[in-house]
Amino acid sequence: MSEETTTAEEALLAEPARPLPENPVLRALFEGYETVGWESSLGQDVAHVPNESWAEFAHAVRGAGFEVCVDVTAVDWMRERPERFEIVANLLSMEHILRLRMTTTAGRIDPSVASLVPVWPGANFAEREAYDMFGVRFEGHPDLTRILMPDDWEGHPLRKDFGVGSVPVQFKESHQVT
Amino acid sequence: MATTAPGNLMMTTVDRAARWARTRSMFPATFGLACCAIEMMATGAAHYDLARFGMEVFRASPRQADLMIVAGRVSQKMAPVLRQVYDQMPDPKWVISMGACASTGGMFNNYALVQGVDQVVPVDIYVPGCPPGPQSLLHGILTLHDKIMNGEINN
Amino acid sequence: MSEPTIESAQITEVLDVWVAGTEEPEFSPTDEGEQEISDHESAARLDEQFGRVVEDDYVFDDGVDEGERMILNMGPQHPSTHGVLRLQIELEGEIIRRTKPIIGYLHTGMEKTGEQLSFSQGGTNVTRMDYLAPFHNELAYSLAVERLLGIEVPPRAAAIRVLLTELNRCSSHLVALATNGMDIGAVSMMIYGFREREQILAFFEKTTGLRMNHNFIRPGGVAADLAPGWKDDVAAILVELPRRIQQYDDLLKDNPIWLARTRGVGVISSEEAIEYGITGPPLRATGVSWDLRKAFPYSGIENYEFEVAVGERGDVYDRYRVRVDEIHESLKIVEQVMDLMPKGDYRVDDRKVTPPPRARIDESMEALIHHFKLFTEGFKVPPGETYVAVESPRGELGCYLVSDGEARPYRIHTRAPSFANLQALPIAMADSLMADTVATIASMDPVMGDVDR
Repeated sequence: MSEETTTAEEALLAEPARPLPENPVLRALFEGYETVGWESSLGQDVAHVPNESWAEFAHAVRGAGFEVCVDVTAVDWMRERPERFEIVANLLSMEHILRLRMTTTAGRIDPSVASLVPVWPGANFAEREAYDMFGVRFEGHPDLTRILMPDDWEGHPLRKDFGVGSVPVQFKESHQVT
Repeated sequence: MATTAPGNLMMTTVDRAARWARTRSMFPATFGLACCAIEMMATGAAHYDLARFGMEVFRASPRQADLMIVAGRVSQKMAPVLRQVYDQMPDPKWVISMGACASTGGMFNNYALVQGVDQVVPVDIYVPGCPPGPQSLLHGILTLHDKIMNGEINN
Repeated sequence: MSEPTIESAQITEVLDVWVAGTEEPEFSPTDEGEQEISDHESAARLDEQFGRVVEDDYVFDDGVDEGERMILNMGPQHPSTHGVLRLQIELEGEIIRRTKPIIGYLHTGMEKTGEQLSFSQGGTNVTRMDYLAPFHNELAYSLAVERLLGIEVPPRAAAIRVLLTELNRCSSHLVALATNGMDIGAVSMMIYGFREREQILAFFEKTTGLRMNHNFIRPGGVAADLAPGWKDDVAAILVELPRRIQQYDDLLKDNPIWLARTRGVGVISSEEAIEYGITGPPLRATGVSWDLRKAFPYSGIENYEFEVAVGERGDVYDRYRVRVDEIHESLKIVEQVMDLMPKGDYRVDDRKVTPPPRARIDESMEALIHHFKLFTEGFKVPPGETYVAVESPRGELGCYLVSDGEARPYRIHTRAPSFANLQALPIAMADSLMADTVATIASMDPVMGDVDR
């Protein structure tokens, strides 16, 4: 730094401090990963993880004491967000009585993300369901096949461009009351 | 109607006797799928006893059953299974479609359900409700008995 | 009578020998089939002869290759699979080596339907997921919507919710006990369980109008106030149910047949349970004292005293005991709710969320407009996402709700406890006997509506 820059300018030029959670366990977790953003969504801690670091961050979260993977699911944002699919994993720590939500994104074409099954075996069925309903591939999943729909079903039902499939309902003709 | 001759001898037609026998001990096949299955179990339980109609034995094997109460929503994956179980039942057989989901697809008008079990098997009685209480199911079963006794359903 | 012929004379001869019994048949002892126990036998042989060691010839060594295994298909239409669960079981004789649960036979597309229904209609959809604990589904959904809306329900509504969900826990566990018993062979349990359930369902019918799938707990509170005279009904349940559960204990608790069929069967260790995300009675039966009502309390349940029922070994018997104990704890909570029920509104006063009383519609134009907008379009929920979980009779029942500011949810996802618990079924059934399958499935208490949604 040259002598001309003052501390006020330094403060302006410096990058804004990354928001970090207050809880010490979570704080330690987030401080280790620069690329993971923290957000408090209606009082719940959310980690926004880039797609490439999904597995690595998951290992770290497991190491921080989150023994239970409660759920893995996906949201289809269609055109509302730059990346079409958002994959959400809900985690629970019985030791610290904490919840954490991890989210990442996957694009429109051939969406895929690393599987959490090596870290939490309990994510098995949930990832299969996300694959079945959205078409998001989970790399490293032991058995990524359709779970809810028949095996020969085409399409992924919970995508926004998959119609509801409703059948027009025929009503009886109403009688005229005279 | 049956007629009595002197000497305590009752005469009737074979047809009427067969119909009487069929209604008095109809064995249902276990085909409980969803919420309606719980109400079907409640109908078989002590409060709304199905045993007074001779029907408390729910046969697990369709080969031993003559009534299939489709209780619950039938998904696309389950429809071939339903048809297979129906085909395995020996004649005479009847089908009661219990609940809104079995009758018409109910409130789930979407890709996953067969909109009405009558797309897959022929249905004799539809019992509406979500889920139909045991009284409704009993009414449906007794209506089926009446229809068989009257000869309306020739099966 | 004719003269005795030569033949009859011969026959007479034979008869004489036989009748006289002077000659005994030749006796030549062999070693085959020798049953005598002599002193110099080895202890192992003694054990065998006493029947302490069963020489089963259907246990293969590890050297058996997989081609010798038989794949048996159980379900989806099967009396003991608790709904439409299909299991593909790989058997080596009588021992189960691998199991694969195949689900999806009850998939109803509820999450897709949920995106078509408004927020106030969502309860009708969600309540049919876990159809044995409908109030819990509705509660998780309503709490999620309320979290997104940022509103708090009045204390009376919260207390009514606790009352109904705890009674629902009792009725769900009664079905679990009934089907458990019937599957293992105690068929009278089926009748007993449903008999008690009728009493609770009668109370539900009086309060909500329906026996099952009530759509009573709605975002903003509950749909209507408790019926007059509800205290007498609840008091009658509180008197009757413990007595009857004592009856079940007399039948099952120390019954040697029940113990033989459930002790040490379908064991899951607590580490495996936590790894696989199992929650609810199967987790608590392994010794882990984890209950969402204590860890993340909701709906004012922290105001009531109760204990968490915990088991030890994680086998079928412990899961059964945990369920019975949970009924007792729930009845304790119900009693406290009955005594402490606060007065007040049964739903939030915010006219944008809850419809006005019917009488007002005739009087005020505003009330009419609110009613119209609420029931045609529905109330709009600010954008956001949240995850709320409640402790259902099966475990952690969560609702992940995403809203984008419209009157319909953008994405509604239910974390189903039975879905996760079924992942552990292969673990619980591994290396056990085929005859224990039914007991294990019954003890995990899966509800297929929850699993497949």
